Amino acid sequence: MTTAALERPQPSYLAAGDTLRSWLLTTDHKRIAWLYLVTITLFFAIGGAAATLIRLELLTPQGDLVSDETYNKLFTLHGVIMVWFFLIPSVPAVLGNFLVPLMIGARDLAFPRLNLLSWYIFILGGAFTLWAMVSGGVDTGWTFYTPFSTMFSNTHVVLTAVGVFVTGFSSILTGLNFIVTLHTLRAPGMTWMRLPLFLWSLYATSLVMVLATPVLAITLVLIAVERIARVGIFDPALGGDPLLFQHLFWFYSHPAVYIMILPGMGVTSEIVAAFSRRRVFGYGFVAVASLAIALLGFLVWGHHMFVAGESFYANLVFSFLSFMVAIPSAVKVFNWTATLYKGSIALDTPMLYALAFIALFTIGGLTGLYLASLPVDVHVTDTYFVVAHFHTIMVGGMVTAYLGGLHYWWPKMTGRRYPETWGRVAAVTLFLGFALTFFPQFALGYLGMPRRYHVYPPEFQVLNVLSSAGASILAIGYALPLVYLIASLRGGPTAGPNPWGARGLEWTVPSPPPPGNFATIPRVTEEAYAYTDADRE
Amino acid sequence: MGVPVPDPVSRPLTRPAPPAVATLVGAWLALLALLALTVTLAHVPLGAWNAALALAIAIAKALLIVLVFMHVRHASRLTQVFSALGFVWLMVLFSLLMSDALTRTPLSPWP
Amino acid sequence: MPIASEAGASARVPFADPAQQHEAASAAMWVFLSTEVMLFGGVFAAYLWYRHADPAAFARGSALLDAPLGTVNTAVLLTSSLAMALAVRAAALGRRRPALGWLAGTAVLGLAFLAIKLLSWRHEWTRGLVPALHAGAALAAQPRVELFFVVYFIATGLHALHVLAGVGALAVTGAALARVRDPGRWNPIELTGLYWHFVDIVWVFLFPILYLVR
Repeated sequence: MTTAALERPQPSYLAAGDTLRSWLLTTDHKRIAWLYLVTITLFFAIGGAAATLIRLELLTPQGDLVSDETYNKLFTLHGVIMVWFFLIPSVPAVLGNFLVPLMIGARDLAFPRLNLLSWYIFILGGAFTLWAMVSGGVDTGWTFYTPFSTMFSNTHVVLTAVGVFVTGFSSILTGLNFIVTLHTLRAPGMTWMRLPLFLWSLYATSLVMVLATPVLAITLVLIAVERIARVGIFDPALGGDPLLFQHLFWFYSHPAVYIMILPGMGVTSEIVAAFSRRRVFGYGFVAVASLAIALLGFLVWGHHMFVAGESFYANLVFSFLSFMVAIPSAVKVFNWTATLYKGSIALDTPMLYALAFIALFTIGGLTGLYLASLPVDVHVTDTYFVVAHFHTIMVGGMVTAYLGGLHYWWPKMTGRRYPETWGRVAAVTLFLGFALTFFPQFALGYLGMPRRYHVYPPEFQVLNVLSSAGASILAIGYALPLVYLIASLRGGPTAGPNPWGARGLEWTVPSPPPPGNFATIPRVTEEAYAYTDADRE
Repeated sequence: MGVPVPDPVSRPLTRPAPPAVATLVGAWLALLALLALTVTLAHVPLGAWNAALALAIAIAKALLIVLVFMHVRHASRLTQVFSALGFVWLMVLFSLLMSDALTRTPLSPWP
Repeated sequence: MPIASEAGASARVPFADPAQQHEAASAAMWVFLSTEVMLFGGVFAAYLWYRHADPAAFARGSALLDAPLGTVNTAVLLTSSLAMALAVRAAALGRRRPALGWLAGTAVLGLAFLAIKLLSWRHEWTRGLVPALHAGAALAAQPRVELFFVVYFIATGLHALHVLAGVGALAVTGAALARVRDPGRWNPIELTGLYWHFVDIVWVFLFPILYLVR
């Protein structure tokens, strides 16, 4: 562990230039991370506003808050924004951009200007999408199923498709940058098997980003062509097949959920190791599990189409593969649990988020197995069971992990500490709010309430009210960090290089780091998470 | 010291020599010959073999371009893996996609 | 005889030496080409799906295309790949003017490909084979043949866009090569070459599956 980097006082990356231009034309990966952070927070607010209206509408069985068409537009907005403009960039573009060079001992990513370009592309795609939303919205659901989206919807399908198409390239550039950086810029001694598990997760995520996103791009092009030129690619009258659209769409969108969750798993590995002061149990298994999840995640997309007309044999194959993809995920959960065993546990805020992640990801994953089972899926497909399943993983898992990572690395990114008590309160509030919001939805789905409906039979009202009440608590869980993290920027106590006493190259540089990260490039001589018994005192 | 040195397995320390003109022209002639072959075979009725042969010839041409023109034959292992990655992944898409189409049992014949 | 890797030339942050930077750029280009493979893959997937649904319709559609013209175009593009490979070779040997000459030749052949493509599209237009824009008269009442032409125009259109972008890349590469101090150590032309060969490979697959279905 080098201490050379700690000696010379240099301006931090935050202080090196404070004009707007220095931020908007930066090529420093740490500043680009902040550009993304601010942007995705704004998008999260927009997607959250849509969710608020949805949950308000669902307080009563009648459609009394918004019209049915508006409701369709609301859940479409919610899905499009949350998937493409919050979840997919969240950990990779914020925490990944900040940490990848630091964790491998490099001065920046391989292509700093491409990194900045990826943010501008993100902004451009976001602008198109928001323009579509503001000028009337889109009502097809984030899944754009044909032939409704191509032939019958009267809303801004093409504009939204363009926005998402453009944003996809932001994803691709980020993934490309990470892949090349991890292959070519590791410091001397930083072998693959010494990488922090966060980077294994990001590497796997990047492979998925690069291989899956282009298929989304071409699918959106096909929708746009069919809609504009009025030709039938998915139009049955011309011999087209709507199911082809679903195949192509889900070939991307299923791996996309792994783009969303893999980085969260990576964050969890880091936090669990640091706050139990132990090397992650079965490091090699966890590393390979990331790649296995990425690989298997590409082979299961047909489970979204079990009742859509897929052949029975294809259904069997996809069902079987969907069971298989649970295995590497389970391997990770077992290994995190084993890491905790006999560890010196500290229940600081990041650890609370990480523990919540493990619990909720497990539940969400298990409910995924129910959905992978053909007979059960026939019963619960397109119901709130599915909604609850993916929100458990995305919110209970991914958003939780993102917040956990944000808290864990906040001192490094800002040089400030957030108030620990408030942090714990927020983590617990989030967990409880999440549970109240989404656990009733499992019941609702099993009882038969369909998704994407704003009216429902009166006997479902109690569960819906519970869910909406939970959403208000969840909102507090989001609002609290927003407030105290921003407040800490001015009034928080300053942080040293390693406030958590954790292992990892990012903790060897000042908080916040200087623009070039390291005074001299370190030479790595120890394994990742080389905690000793002394660390566990 | 203090310069990052990448994993030596992934990059050769010297660049391979550029290919000889004869190699490049030879590959080009082979490509044209394969083009002539595929066009000729299209006029020979061979049933299902027409498609299979056309595909095989296309793959042969692609391999010539990748290995000779794109110099992958002499590239690092990393490059070779990356060059195959996209194609392999496409096979994943095609095989699982067609596993649905090929096992459909139509309820009624096409109109 | 191998060429020693560059020494003494500077590399930009965060790279330590030009060889490392070159390797990274090369890896990046291959990753980018993988994304392009997947992009075109969606079109090929649609083709596979529909050809399997009605092979006879696809054969009828394919027979309506001008196969001789397509063959000529394929030969043009294959030759452009040779020119590109010769340009990269000349540059690697430090021979600036031959390299620029071969680059120009590649671009000319690329433009020739596009010209022939435009010609064939126009020909299809006048024969009523364009599904949209009221130009599909010959396809009326043959829905699945019309579908073949939808796939055909999307595939060749997307490919032509990539050829056009490639010609632009050739121009930029040529302009840079003309001004660089030491062409023998200048690598971007290799990357442009990779892209150009990729575009050629796409056509190598498009040609038989569109023009030679019987």
